[in-house]
Amino acid sequence: MTYLTSFGRFWWNFIVGDDWRVAAGLAGALALTWLLEDEGVAAWWVLPLAVAALLAESVLREARGGDTKG
Amino acid sequence: MGSDVFLFLATFLASAVEAVEALTIVLAVGVVRGWRSTLAGVGAASLALAAIVAGLGPALQHIPIGTLRLVVGALLLAVGLQWLRKAILRASGYKPLHDEAEAFSREREQAGAAVTAGTARIDWYSFTVAFKGVLLEGLEVAFIVISFGATNGRLGLAAAAAMAAGALVVVAGLVARRPLERVPENALKFGVGVMLTSFGIFWGGEGAGVDWPSGDLVLLAVVGWVALVSFVLTRGLRRRRLMLEPAAARG
Repeated sequence: MTYLTSFGRFWWNFIVGDDWRVAAGLAGALALTWLLEDEGVAAWWVLPLAVAALLAESVLREARGGDTKG
Repeated sequence: MGSDVFLFLATFLASAVEAVEALTIVLAVGVVRGWRSTLAGVGAASLALAAIVAGLGPALQHIPIGTLRLVVGALLLAVGLQWLRKAILRASGYKPLHDEAEAFSREREQAGAAVTAGTARIDWYSFTVAFKGVLLEGLEVAFIVISFGATNGRLGLAAAAAMAAGALVVVAGLVARRPLERVPENALKFGVGVMLTSFGIFWGGEGAGVDWPSGDLVLLAVVGWVALVSFVLTRGLRRRRLMLEPAAARG
């Protein structure tokens, strides 16, 4: 059981990491891209914009947390 | 050709960062507790990793390329953004820089404090710590090699890049006989984060049905975009920190 837990934790930390919101946002952006393309709408711009927005939101939130802690 | 160069560079740099971390653990244990059991642990972990790559690599070739690119793109995006996030927070002073010398001292202290093996042939502490260190850091390298290699049909090139990085780090470690503390780890992680994220956008998009304008050439624009966003965020956070706590930010 301990090995299974450690194995699961390793992959969770590796893929999801410190901020699960980023992973969830990426899943949403990929789903939106797929849906738009499926409807015949060019969606090449979704992922670059989503990456910029998710990264900015994540580091700013962490920085604000750091400011209040410090 | 251009994407081959990016693929080689991204795999090489990511593998070098992980190899430095594994080497730090192995050196600390080997120096304190002896080399025989430590190297046995390294050997066993290397065999396990080779088996994983040999088993998973060809198996992935049977998955439809669109599905593979979507899954691998999503994983690369998740991993790449984590690296970038940490690199930006470290470069702007919101997280301390990873210190290999400190990690080496901590591992060495723990290795010294652990119960010795007595007359046993194998020192299981050294074996297990070296095995775990090499296997865990190596799994991350194996993931990158398999992702890049299988998605692009260039498993050999990705594996060669990882092996070259591993060999370079091991030789440098043997020469220095101490952790590679002068490696600019955060700058490397920044670069690798940009590349993993860019490949993730490119392949994830293709897997989701995107027809990129300009084909493969768009990868250059994506790399430029991700690098620009990261640079602007780092500058912005640094400035914010300087305004809020001027003395700490200057130090």
